[in-house]
Amino acid sequence: MKFTISISGIIGFLLISFGTAHGQITVSPNGPVTSIQQAIEMSEPGGNIEVKPGTYFENNIEITKPLTITGENFPVIDGEHEGTVLVIRADSVTVKGFEIKNTGRSYIRDYAAILIDQAKDFLVENNRLDNVFFGIYLAETERGTVKNNTIESYDRREASSGNGIHLWNVKNPEIIGNTVQGMRDGIYLEFAEDARIHGNFSHKNNRYGLHYMFSNGGTYYDNVFRDNGAGVAVMYSENVDMKNNLFEHNWGSSSYGLLLKDMRHSTIEGNRFYRNTVAIYSESSSNLKIHRNDIELNGWAVNIKSSSARNYFTENNFIENSFDVRTDSPRNNNVFEGNYWSNYEGYDLDRDGIGDVPYRPVSHFSIIIDRQPESLILMRSMFIRLLDMAERIMPVLTPQTLIDEQPKMQRIQ
Amino acid sequence: MKSQTLHILSNEWKTLLRGKWVIGYGLIFLMLTDSLLRFGGGGAEALLSLSNVMLLFIPLVGMIYGILYIYQSREFVELLLTQPIDRKVLYWGLFLGISTPLMAAFIIGSMLPLGWHGILILDGSASAMVLGLGGILTLIFVSLGFVLGLKFYDDRIKGFGFTIVIWLFMAILYDGLVLMLVFTFGHYPLERFVIAVSMLNPIDLARIMVMLEFDISALMGYTGAVFSRFFGSNLGIFTAGGMLAIWLAVPTWLGLRVFKQKDF
Amino acid sequence: MIEIKELKKSFGDLPVLKGMNLTIPSGQATGIVGPNGAGKTTLIKTILGLVKPDSGSIRVNETLLNGNWNYRKDIGYMPQVARYPENMRVHELFSFIKGLRNQEPVFEKELIEQFALESELNKPLRTLSGGNRQKVGATLSMMFNPDILFFDEPTAGLDPRSSHKFKERVKEEKANGKTVIITSHIMSELEQLVDHVIFILDGNIRYYGTMKALLEESREDRLEAAIARMMGDDSPAESAAAEKPVQNYSNTATEILTF
Repeated sequence: MKFTISISGIIGFLLISFGTAHGQITVSPNGPVTSIQQAIEMSEPGGNIEVKPGTYFENNIEITKPLTITGENFPVIDGEHEGTVLVIRADSVTVKGFEIKNTGRSYIRDYAAILIDQAKDFLVENNRLDNVFFGIYLAETERGTVKNNTIESYDRREASSGNGIHLWNVKNPEIIGNTVQGMRDGIYLEFAEDARIHGNFSHKNNRYGLHYMFSNGGTYYDNVFRDNGAGVAVMYSENVDMKNNLFEHNWGSSSYGLLLKDMRHSTIEGNRFYRNTVAIYSESSSNLKIHRNDIELNGWAVNIKSSSARNYFTENNFIENSFDVRTDSPRNNNVFEGNYWSNYEGYDLDRDGIGDVPYRPVSHFSIIIDRQPESLILMRSMFIRLLDMAERIMPVLTPQTLIDEQPKMQRIQ
Repeated sequence: MKSQTLHILSNEWKTLLRGKWVIGYGLIFLMLTDSLLRFGGGGAEALLSLSNVMLLFIPLVGMIYGILYIYQSREFVELLLTQPIDRKVLYWGLFLGISTPLMAAFIIGSMLPLGWHGILILDGSASAMVLGLGGILTLIFVSLGFVLGLKFYDDRIKGFGFTIVIWLFMAILYDGLVLMLVFTFGHYPLERFVIAVSMLNPIDLARIMVMLEFDISALMGYTGAVFSRFFGSNLGIFTAGGMLAIWLAVPTWLGLRVFKQKDF
Repeated sequence: MIEIKELKKSFGDLPVLKGMNLTIPSGQATGIVGPNGAGKTTLIKTILGLVKPDSGSIRVNETLLNGNWNYRKDIGYMPQVARYPENMRVHELFSFIKGLRNQEPVFEKELIEQFALESELNKPLRTLSGGNRQKVGATLSMMFNPDILFFDEPTAGLDPRSSHKFKERVKEEKANGKTVIITSHIMSELEQLVDHVIFILDGNIRYYGTMKALLEESREDRLEAAIARMMGDDSPAESAAAEKPVQNYSNTATEILTF
């Protein structure tokens, strides 16, 4: 045993002495280096640390120099419910292939499995985080990538659970291909500039699958947000691109596929909203382009408050939503044009693919329900359909100007 | 006993199929479902349109079909009654013999296009729900037609009149009355009452089950505690399903009773 | 043997059978006559189990009727109006009834031959003439060789040749010791076929006895005249007793006479 270790020591020495600047240190439960913290302290800046399979009971491991730490076959770092497990405080650190579990929990401190604090160009990849308070916490970082990690926790209470991937005051982060479940928010951004978030799967979180606050200029695409307590919230931001995401199965009286609040100049395109209580909710938002989304089998496709203005809903497919549009005012400051509405019953005599009579997305029945919620039980009844039909011919209750003048006859592919 | 019932049942199947009327009925649903899928769009859309048609027309067709059978086969039924056979056996044989072909026509007619357009696999549970509900509604309303035919055995005008009135009432007016109630007593807590009232109408029951399948997301948005509990858990589907079973049992049992006691 | 005691039946407020007592011994050929609405049909339907009596008892071959059905194995019934499912073929109807009765036919071939139905066997019933449909009904009633035969206006739709054949067959059945019960408006037909006459009027049996005795008693040669005379005797008395049925008798009396 001693022999092999001295061999590896010699190899390490040789590597260093041959000027590669990359020392390699192996950590293993059987020694000689049995602690990750110890290995970090031993390592030269820019060195490699390889961690063999096993369970390491360590917490508050601090990385203060550029390093690559790689786990072989997912060695477990058990934080023993004390504080943060791994803290990165240096630039160009890579952490790969660990299973990290049992962080501390606190109402005062945000303990995380991995905290990246004021660092640049990090890579946190392919780790499994289990039963953690916060998962991966980025504070005042620049660039850097969080990729292909899985994060799962089991506290079903919103107040006492932490976020899966938490970004605070960061620039240009890339969040790719992670799977998050059972956290408070799957992915949380606050003052994050130009974040790129894609290919993530955020589900069964207590609050939001993705939560955007004061974060301008980012983009998120190709993500799946499923069955989160309150869906996805994007608030107080501008120039955000939201593309090709799937928002589905977000159910509950305050649950949204996508909640938009105080958003400006952003694009929502090519997304699919499937079976959410409210697919898109908008409050005090303006200049949004909602284009070519599939909005199918939701309770309400769009709930738009009158505080929202100059938003453009174009070429979306509204398919068998219980209600297409809900609003709280008889006036309308938004544009609905050229969408496909499966509830449209008009005709197209000139065969140009556009219905000859406008479509009114706010149904009479949705107004009845707003006044007398118990009448919900009459949904889809023949009597209600007759009332709706009468209302379409002679609108009395529904907003006069909230209409799609050019409803498509065919679903937009 | 059982073999006699089956004997009558198979005989009815044979003559009804030869009558082609039932086959035509199945073909209508086949063409309807196919064109809904071909020109209408996705599976959910087609299934919802199909369920709208089903909720409206199956009750009417079922009742008319049931009552018409009684009126048309009066002499034959009387001849059968003079044979050494239990009336109960005869009733089940005749009732199942004419209602199941109609039910099968709807289910097979609608299922084939759903199958070849792949919807059965994509939206399996929703398809099963719509087809099953159509089947149960067929049985319920054929037996209601039977009861009406037996009750107004000698007065066909009255029999058909009642059929139309009952259909209009159950399919359309009933919901208008519920809506009126809701608006009249709007300031009282009405949820429980509204659920109970809807359970009394089999068409509403079937509609609620369709709702539970397709509009669950909207139902979950409703904040009232009773509705949320009812629709949010399995309670809703089990209660509605149970009530539908009762609705199936009551008219068939009533039909049996009338049939057993009737002077022909 | 059919024994009826104190049989009463009302439809709504209208009493149809008013406490009827009647015994028809086995092997007797009996004609039931009376105006429409007198209760003939109701009486037969009650014996067949189509109508449930309000009170009184009926025994068929010692079996007390109480909603049971097995006694009908011994009964063959040929209804007045023969209507069958339109698309059913004649042979299918036969095998359907065979299965239903769970009995093997005794005279199926014989009757088909006798009534010349071979060529009709493969036709749907809707295409059959009225007479042929009647013959189908007659075949059905007799093919299981039951003890008791009910014929309700059996020759109404038959051409003379078929009518003749039918009567021959009934005579054969009689000769074989069957209990035969016929209702008919055609008195001459009854004269040929039955020995006993039951005359029902207003829910009661007005006369029950042999044909011979009836003719002697009324000093008439023909049954028709005898019946007409009885009706004529009765109407004034009855009309004093009950107002509503009067109309019935007078109407139907003329009806019978014109037959």
